[in-house]
Amino acid sequence: MSAVRRLAANWLPAYAVLFILFLYLPVLLLPLFSLNNSASPRFPLSGFTLKWYAGLPKTPALLDAAWNSLIVGVSAAVLATVLGICAARALTRYRFRGQRAMQGLIMAPLVMPEIIVAVSILIIVLALGMPLTLLTVTLGHVLVCVPYSISVLISGFEGFDRSLEEASADLGETSFGTFRRVTLPMMAPAIISSLLVGFTISLDDFMMAFFLGGNDVTLPVYIWGQLRFAARLPGVLALGTLLLVASIVLLTIAELMRRRAQERTQTTGGLLA
Amino acid sequence: MAAAAEGISATRAPGARSRSYLQSDEAKGYTLISAPFLYALAMLGLPVVVVIAHSFWTQTYLTVDRTLTLENYRQAIFEPIYQDLLFRSLWISFTVSVLTVALAYPIAYFISFHGGRHKNLWLFVITVPFWTSYLLRVMAWKVVLGYNGVLNSALMGTGLTSEPSTAFLYNSTAVMITLTHAWVAFAILPIFVSLEKVDRTLVEAATDLGDGPIRSFLRVTLPLSLPGVIAALLIVMIPTVGDYVTPKMVGGTDGVMIANAIQAQFGRAMNKPLGAALSVTTMIAVCLMAGGTVLALRAAVRAFR
Repeated sequence: MSAVRRLAANWLPAYAVLFILFLYLPVLLLPLFSLNNSASPRFPLSGFTLKWYAGLPKTPALLDAAWNSLIVGVSAAVLATVLGICAARALTRYRFRGQRAMQGLIMAPLVMPEIIVAVSILIIVLALGMPLTLLTVTLGHVLVCVPYSISVLISGFEGFDRSLEEASADLGETSFGTFRRVTLPMMAPAIISSLLVGFTISLDDFMMAFFLGGNDVTLPVYIWGQLRFAARLPGVLALGTLLLVASIVLLTIAELMRRRAQERTQTTGGLLA
Repeated sequence: MAAAAEGISATRAPGARSRSYLQSDEAKGYTLISAPFLYALAMLGLPVVVVIAHSFWTQTYLTVDRTLTLENYRQAIFEPIYQDLLFRSLWISFTVSVLTVALAYPIAYFISFHGGRHKNLWLFVITVPFWTSYLLRVMAWKVVLGYNGVLNSALMGTGLTSEPSTAFLYNSTAVMITLTHAWVAFAILPIFVSLEKVDRTLVEAATDLGDGPIRSFLRVTLPLSLPGVIAALLIVMIPTVGDYVTPKMVGGTDGVMIANAIQAQFGRAMNKPLGAALSVTTMIAVCLMAGGTVLALRAAVRAFR
């Protein structure tokens, strides 16, 4: 039996390492070939170059797309976080009838095929006669980002010590004052985390931008358009690498913030005692 | 004075009552949740109703004829082309979700039972790829599997094959590999959460009572982590059935899925009602399949125990 157990203890770490390789290797090919001095991505590598990166700022269409992505990402992240704060606070702090059903609808985009969500919004936008612009893309992104925002924020709101708010109210703060001066500072790391996650999702999302963008192009849609031309692949790989790095940096900061939020709410009692 | 005071208190009473309701937890909860709830209702609930309505209408050139009809559903369900696409999509999403859970379970188990102090770091490292652009990850697989791709050049470089193979790209296997890679990190989370809830003393008790590690796993740990397995299956199965990017990029003609047909109805074909009917049919079909899978899985685990 101990032999079996030793085997079990040994194959799992080995499997974990293989698993990480499987997850990361294909993704790491993008930066690798973006630095390769050859128009087609294949081994053996033919030499180091930065020319694909140097070409990026000389493409006006790409700069437009980047600017569009930035506008949509920031607006979607802010709106989704504001809605997420309301929902997360309602769900962690209060109990009311219909709570589960309401939560179910708000979280539904998380488990629905994205094409069906996109097509549903498209059909109503067309029915209302609204033009397809960055605004419609942003509205779609907010819908998709809110569930993620809520999950991040709830992990910050849970374990939040209510007596702090009660103390503030007892000392004469209005409920808005309490929120602004007690709740918000405590929640700041979770909120920043939610903003970063929202921005990352919006920056990376293709489906909503593809269906709801009309002639307004965000970065993923721009990349999609470039993929038809084999000769432009290295440039796309370079752009993809930059997006990849941006996502990973933003997510790492988001994760650190989320953890700080958890630590803050959990050590509250200790600080006051 | 007294009468005046009474008058004031009399007029204040209903106001006070409604104010006390406004200050109740229920009212505060509704106030807070109303904004995100109404947003979801306007952007998802209402649009889904409109899609369902459209699925019973007919497209006549640029306008929509609102006479109720089942013609769209007849086409969506019985036309061989849509039938094929739907069954292929269901088969792909089923395979991918089972593969994903099978690959994710040992990792979730490893992190939960042997992760030690670094559980959070492990989880983070494993979920990061899920958050990076989906489009880029699919593109990476195209680079790996392509005719001039990494796999072919590696195989030729090591002398295993003499010329590049076209077998890797543009088929449903390529779609399955890519989708599994894309979703496996996401499936780890619910399994991990349910494994964290497994009471370790129960596993010890099973071992003390003479169960070997495999038997105690099958009879204690696995059944207790079943909710996580089911959640993981669902959050992979339902979204992947409607995947558009992967079949378009690595699927070729053999790997086309139902989402590509839905997109065509909203784009070139300009037949929104048929697109709506295809969407509704897909959603119902995948929910039925998901329900069936969950029931079968529960029965299987009960039989094991």
